[in-house]
Amino acid sequence: MTGGTGDMSLMSEPGPDGRFGEFGGRFVPESLMPACLELEQAFKAAWADPEFRRELDDLLRHYGGRPTPVTECVRLSEKLGVRVLLKREDLTHTGSHKLNNVIGQALLTRRMGKSRMIAETGAGQHGVASATAAALFGLECTVFMGEVDTKRQELNVFRMELLGAEVRTVTSGSRTLKDAVNEAMREWVATVDTTHYCLGSVMGPHPFPYMVRQLQRVVGEEAREQCRQILDGADPDVVVACIGGGSNAAGTFAGFVDTTARLVGVEAAGGAAIANGIPGVLHGMHSRLLQDEAGQIEEAQSISAGLDYPGLGPEHAHLAAIGRAEYSTANDDEVLESFRVLSHTEGIIPALESAHAVAWVARVAGTDALPSGSTVLITLSGRGDKDVAQVREIFGRGEHA
Amino acid sequence: MLEKALRAQRESGRKLLIPYLMGGMTEDWTQSLAAVVAAGADAVEVGIPFSDPMMDGPVIQQAALRALQRGTVPAQVLDGISGAEVVVPVAVMTYYNIVFRAGLKRMAGSLATAGVSGAIIPDLSLEEIGPWATEADEAGVETVLLVAPSSPPDRVERICERARGFVYAVARMGVTGERADLGGEVGAVVERIRRFTDVPVCVGVGVSTPDQAAEVCELADGVVVGSALVRRMLEGEGPDGAAEFVGSLRSAID
Ligand SMILES: Cc1ncc(COP(=O)(O)O)c(C=O)c1O
Repeated sequence: MTGGTGDMSLMSEPGPDGRFGEFGGRFVPESLMPACLELEQAFKAAWADPEFRRELDDLLRHYGGRPTPVTECVRLSEKLGVRVLLKREDLTHTGSHKLNNVIGQALLTRRMGKSRMIAETGAGQHGVASATAAALFGLECTVFMGEVDTKRQELNVFRMELLGAEVRTVTSGSRTLKDAVNEAMREWVATVDTTHYCLGSVMGPHPFPYMVRQLQRVVGEEAREQCRQILDGADPDVVVACIGGGSNAAGTFAGFVDTTARLVGVEAAGGAAIANGIPGVLHGMHSRLLQDEAGQIEEAQSISAGLDYPGLGPEHAHLAAIGRAEYSTANDDEVLESFRVLSHTEGIIPALESAHAVAWVARVAGTDALPSGSTVLITLSGRGDKDVAQVREIFGRGEHA
Repeated sequence: MLEKALRAQRESGRKLLIPYLMGGMTEDWTQSLAAVVAAGADAVEVGIPFSDPMMDGPVIQQAALRALQRGTVPAQVLDGISGAEVVVPVAVMTYYNIVFRAGLKRMAGSLATAGVSGAIIPDLSLEEIGPWATEADEAGVETVLLVAPSSPPDRVERICERARGFVYAVARMGVTGERADLGGEVGAVVERIRRFTDVPVCVGVGVSTPDQAAEVCELADGVVVGSALVRRMLEGEGPDGAAEFVGSLRSAID
């Protein structure tokens, strides 16, 4: 078996080296290898332990607000000519799907006997979720955030500090998510004895891409059952999610990969690792990356801090390679328009990240890519409160809204 | 070539000095390369700059950035090395994406053609090294592996089996950079390596001063000094300054 394409689900366990087809793996310095191996063992044992699963489910339910609903968008559906359902991760505690992953990793941190978590963050949502879980479990927490992002997501910086976390501003490289990951990795090497690196997406060295997808699959599993209730036992024709590293998409896809639904991931046009990326190795994983001829990583460009990443998780690279999922992009203008449209027609202000998924649906509705009358489920990965100030500035103090 | 040369020096009773500098970081970096050899280096590590150096602290990050801003591409670094015609072995140090992007076979061949005898790729773990190791062995490029304070004995054994050139003993957990104090783990790391191999063992990561170099050479066969030299070059010291610093390391360990 070459991994990922086992006899059970297409999205079950990766191969022994953490491979999804040719992608994945563990490209980390020797100093970190023992920690990656320890984490793999710890996660596998925890995941197989009913007590761990019960504790996780309880926390997600009573603390995190799960299950989140699936909302039928009546007015938007009318407008677009396709039936639109939203999986409402914006309604989880802290306002995005990031909490699902973080609660699991915080439990694991405690189980491994570590007292501190570090995290990278782009939009600040994973940082806020990490700070939240750290507060809940009484763990120390340090969050690395690029300087560009601390400026466009000022409020989330304050939120993290309020929750008791230390926020370290990263001034190296492009000063965005990619550099925050570099800095978190460097800190992890120096402190691995006491510190767990709570990675925020399905990226990095094995077991992170697998572990984070498992912790996010609750999104897809809930949504599949909820859709079947709404659709009289049927599955949506198309399932769509935005992709930064790819965790909300991976969690969503995991629930539908064994159905006939088409799976679509939407990247930021300026960070399109499937459309424009080339296979390579960064942040411990073999995946698709924006890079130049010599192998230098290129900087992503996106209005949304959470999608400003030049790669994506290895399992997505694999799902693209075998054709089980499709990957497209949305540009900043389309995203702003969808941000506005969803707010106006449904009373739901989406995160700019999530607005990418909505933007793809809005663009292709009524074309061959999404014929009129189809049913589409969009994972609304987060709420837009964090983005309101930034969008207000772009809209020129509300004149365009 | 790398291992053979280092073994020969060790047998003659000499401690091994391996300075590191970043290819392309200054206009005259190849002259600095020649100068540190003349000042007593037994081998030199030359960095090929990468945009996202995960194992490096601020000084080497800065050097990589400067090299990239000067438009440095890997082929220029290799040309610089072969043009410098140094009399000791040269190992390149870079990250796996640079190697992967070039193509494993092609990179191994280019290194050999440039006269490079060793390669250090810190993010290429023992688990992932197979395809590269095959190509490197075939081209005669010796891949140096790292052993960390966190490496348990069974991993140290497997690393030592695969080790070529020398074994790079990481002095302390963390990224490259100058440290006032080396921590107490060096001796244990070196000892663990010696149980499994008689390949030369050199200590690096954090070693910054002549005194520290002398200290680790009591325990190991040699020392790798990077950030302390690179910082001097970033501060504007040319080949003479580089040679003077390497000379002071040499006297300290002799
Ligand atoms: C609301 C929201 N959605 C999506 C993402 C992108 O992450 P991923 O692709 O891992 O879901 C982020 C990341 O910051 C986010 O905050």
